Amino acid sequence: MNMSLESMLALSIILPLLAAIGIVATGSKPNLREAVTLGTSVALLYLVINLYQGIKQGTNISVLWWELLPGLQISFSVEPLGMLFALIASFLWLITTVYAIGYMRSHHEQNQTRFYACFAIAISSVMGITFADNLFTLFIFYEILTLSTYPLVTHSGTEAAKKGGRVYLGLLLSTSIAFFLLAIISTWFVAGTLDFKPGGVFDSTVNTTVAGIILVLFVFGIGKAAIMPFHRWLPAAMVAPTPVSALLHAVAVVKAGVFTVLKICIFIFGIDLLAVLPSTQFLLYLAGASILLASLVAMRQDNLKARLAYSTVSQLGYITLGALLATSSGIIGSSMHIATHAFGKITLFFCAGAILVAAHKSKISEMRGLGLQMPITMAAFFIASLSIIGVPPAGGTWSKWFLLMGTMETEQFILMAILMISSLLNIAYLLPIPFHAFFSGDKTLSSGAAKIKEAPLPSLIALCITTVGCVILFVYPQPLHELAKAILAT
Amino acid sequence: MIAHLAILQVIVPLMAAPLCLLLTRPRLAWLFTLLASGLAFLTSCLLLQQVMTSGTIIYELGGWDAPWGIEYRIDQLNAFLLLIITAISTVVLFAAHTSIQDEIPADRHTIFYVLYLLSLAAMLGIVATGDAFNVFVFLEISSLSAYALIALGKDRRALWASYQYLIMGTIGATFILIGIGLMYQMTGTLNMDDLAKRLPEVAQTRTIFTAFAFVIVGICLKLALFPLHLWLPNAYAYAPSIVTAFFAATATKVAIYLLIRFTFSVFGLSFSFTHLPLQILFVVLGLAGIFVASTAAIYQTNIKHLFAYSSIAQIGYMIVGFSASTVTGLTATLLHVFNHALMKGALFLALGAVMYRIGSTQLSQFHGLGRQMPLTMAAIVIGGLSLIGVPLTVGFVSKWYLVLAVIENGWWPVAVLILLGSLLAVVYVWRIVEVAYFKPAPAGSETIKEAPASFLIPVWILVIANIYFGIDTRLSVQVAEAASRSLFGMSP
Repeated sequence: MNMSLESMLALSIILPLLAAIGIVATGSKPNLREAVTLGTSVALLYLVINLYQGIKQGTNISVLWWELLPGLQISFSVEPLGMLFALIASFLWLITTVYAIGYMRSHHEQNQTRFYACFAIAISSVMGITFADNLFTLFIFYEILTLSTYPLVTHSGTEAAKKGGRVYLGLLLSTSIAFFLLAIISTWFVAGTLDFKPGGVFDSTVNTTVAGIILVLFVFGIGKAAIMPFHRWLPAAMVAPTPVSALLHAVAVVKAGVFTVLKICIFIFGIDLLAVLPSTQFLLYLAGASILLASLVAMRQDNLKARLAYSTVSQLGYITLGALLATSSGIIGSSMHIATHAFGKITLFFCAGAILVAAHKSKISEMRGLGLQMPITMAAFFIASLSIIGVPPAGGTWSKWFLLMGTMETEQFILMAILMISSLLNIAYLLPIPFHAFFSGDKTLSSGAAKIKEAPLPSLIALCITTVGCVILFVYPQPLHELAKAILAT
Repeated sequence: MIAHLAILQVIVPLMAAPLCLLLTRPRLAWLFTLLASGLAFLTSCLLLQQVMTSGTIIYELGGWDAPWGIEYRIDQLNAFLLLIITAISTVVLFAAHTSIQDEIPADRHTIFYVLYLLSLAAMLGIVATGDAFNVFVFLEISSLSAYALIALGKDRRALWASYQYLIMGTIGATFILIGIGLMYQMTGTLNMDDLAKRLPEVAQTRTIFTAFAFVIVGICLKLALFPLHLWLPNAYAYAPSIVTAFFAATATKVAIYLLIRFTFSVFGLSFSFTHLPLQILFVVLGLAGIFVASTAAIYQTNIKHLFAYSSIAQIGYMIVGFSASTVTGLTATLLHVFNHALMKGALFLALGAVMYRIGSTQLSQFHGLGRQMPLTMAAIVIGGLSLIGVPLTVGFVSKWYLVLAVIENGWWPVAVLILLGSLLAVVYVWRIVEVAYFKPAPAGSETIKEAPASFLIPVWILVIANIYFGIDTRLSVQVAEAASRSLFGMSP
């Protein structure tokens, strides 16, 4: 196909939107509808890979869509950090679609057309976030992402879903309007631009107190990064169907949050300014506290999805912490953690969904002995857990390695200790699940439930692919590492 | 023809009103009104274009020179307001014929259109004229027709609401008259331009201070600034749906115009803001209005009441922008005048459609409406998002300018409060969303059909305008900026 990279960039945002229309139009024919989703996700992955090759050759790719107000443009460009996120999101969308087809059908969910349509809109806004060339564009798509995922969270329409949706929308919208927007307008007022620039937009004369306050506003305002105390929306979002929790609340939405934090740290403040701001230290400890507390809360959850959600809150803290360390190791570690955690956590959610569909179990205490009936699922769960903990042979090893290096370089020994302790906590709340599933097989329980089989084939294939992904990221991390290194080189 | 546009703007609907009385068939009267309003809309488009290219238009009525005769003076500000009023009036009228079928007895339909035309003509007159006493005359015409229009409401409480409005409105108009009288006594002129030239000589007198106070308080009553807003919620809630949609989008905007015109043009910036503590007073009242009215909106069970309180809150935003007394602040206010007209026009008209189908706008009646009237409810959701100020809607544009204006003045706490205020909008909008989409329709109730096209088309015109002007901001921002720059005496 002879298409310029610029039009590919524009198309990667428009295509999922068109898919949403296509999905609604073909809503009455489920097979055709799923074909539209699958086809679009393949096409999107193709576009993103092409863009990736484009920037590997050093081409500048950018498009300007519209100037909303003087100086405030909706424009996009491709840079390594965005590329990394776009690759993950588009690849995992494809896998999740495969998974969702198996899950939604065997779970007999209602309103599947709305589900797939909102999903496509959400992916479109994720693409908008990844390629945003300025803070204003990013904010627009950030808000669309919140609104388009609301119907997904409240999908079941029950009272619990309504309550969950209320917390979800309430927290995400409030933080974004009260803090994020204020921070953006303040940046506009102080720096006179919202463009992402290597080295930041603030010049050397900027008042560090003001910039420090703006940084705090940003970190609190980006509710999607789920830094405590604004993390409650994430556990609340777990009322959604599992594919939503898997892709959106382990990858797309939360990663959009930490991605925005990274982007702002690197391209709005610049790591040199970030390192001298008075509020950075406070925010580092806040992220550290978020890591530890969320891990502790996760240990106490008996609902598997809730445990995974708190684990995500904790892992997101790693990424924010790495960004705020303001060193190259921290940035590289954070960017790689976006990828490795995405693969690990999506596998865990896929497993949770598979267990729900096949065995109708959502409580961890009921999962003893399940390993004999669902060996593939539980083995995948084990490997993905290793990735989250950060030990070989899974990709999480590398990102945690760089993050630890970052804390050492900046001599933040308390934070280093927090990272270590948190890894131990990860072991404590994740590994017992596959362990009990395989080794404490209670004969009375398993004989009564002998009919339990593995999840539907599409779901099983999907979770195997992401598990293999976890391992590949360990064995062959070079492309990821190079992409992460290139972020600071631009 | 072109030379007489300024007067045609007012005279066409004004003359159409008595003519309309001759048309006894409701459909004919409706089409005639629509035609008159459409003509007024065209006139205002031409006027705006003319003003933007060649500056202020001055039209002397009957050829009499200015201080003696009445002068119509159209600058960017007037033209902008004229455009808003006529555009909303025309779009809203599309739904009028269907909407009043159930709400107003058939024998009063013609009267309804006559009053509507009078009200439209009077609002246009207030905006177009350059004569202070003429303002009062049109103000009275608009008020009297408004009282009658509100009293036409189906609910018997409409009479009480109209009476409340009559008392408050009359006090307001009387105050304005007293103010104008005092000014006339001191300067011997009623022409606004002339007043602006002569007032500085006598500015430091107690009479002028008194006149200023009377005029400002009178106008604030009309624009329902907190705490002078008590007449508004009931008047909006019990009036016929079309009247609510029309007034919510335009009537308070005319009062905002008067406030700007009198403080900036007639009394002058330095008198209004330097000699008197107007700024701090208005910031406090504006913010109080935002919070009190938004909180009240959250607790309403009638959606018309809910959006009426929300209107009072939005007036708070306009007043905060106004009191920043900078070009950006005034631009924010004017933008919000334009944008809020689009939001509330869409919302109240959509409520009219709900009223038409289920005969009530109580929140408890909204159960299951998300499925039964998907297009109407989608319009309410988008209008609500615009009210919250979500990007790509008009609400975001005005909020952006308002916060920027406030930050320019260094009022950081005010900026925070404005944004917190919009969170209250999230709460009251989402109450409707939850009921309409998550509560199933009561069992055994008859199925409700989607609103007829005569509602859906004007509602969606306004909804699409909410999005269109949220993306293509050239028209609204350019005109608002030009208007506020000229009020500050800068070249546009």
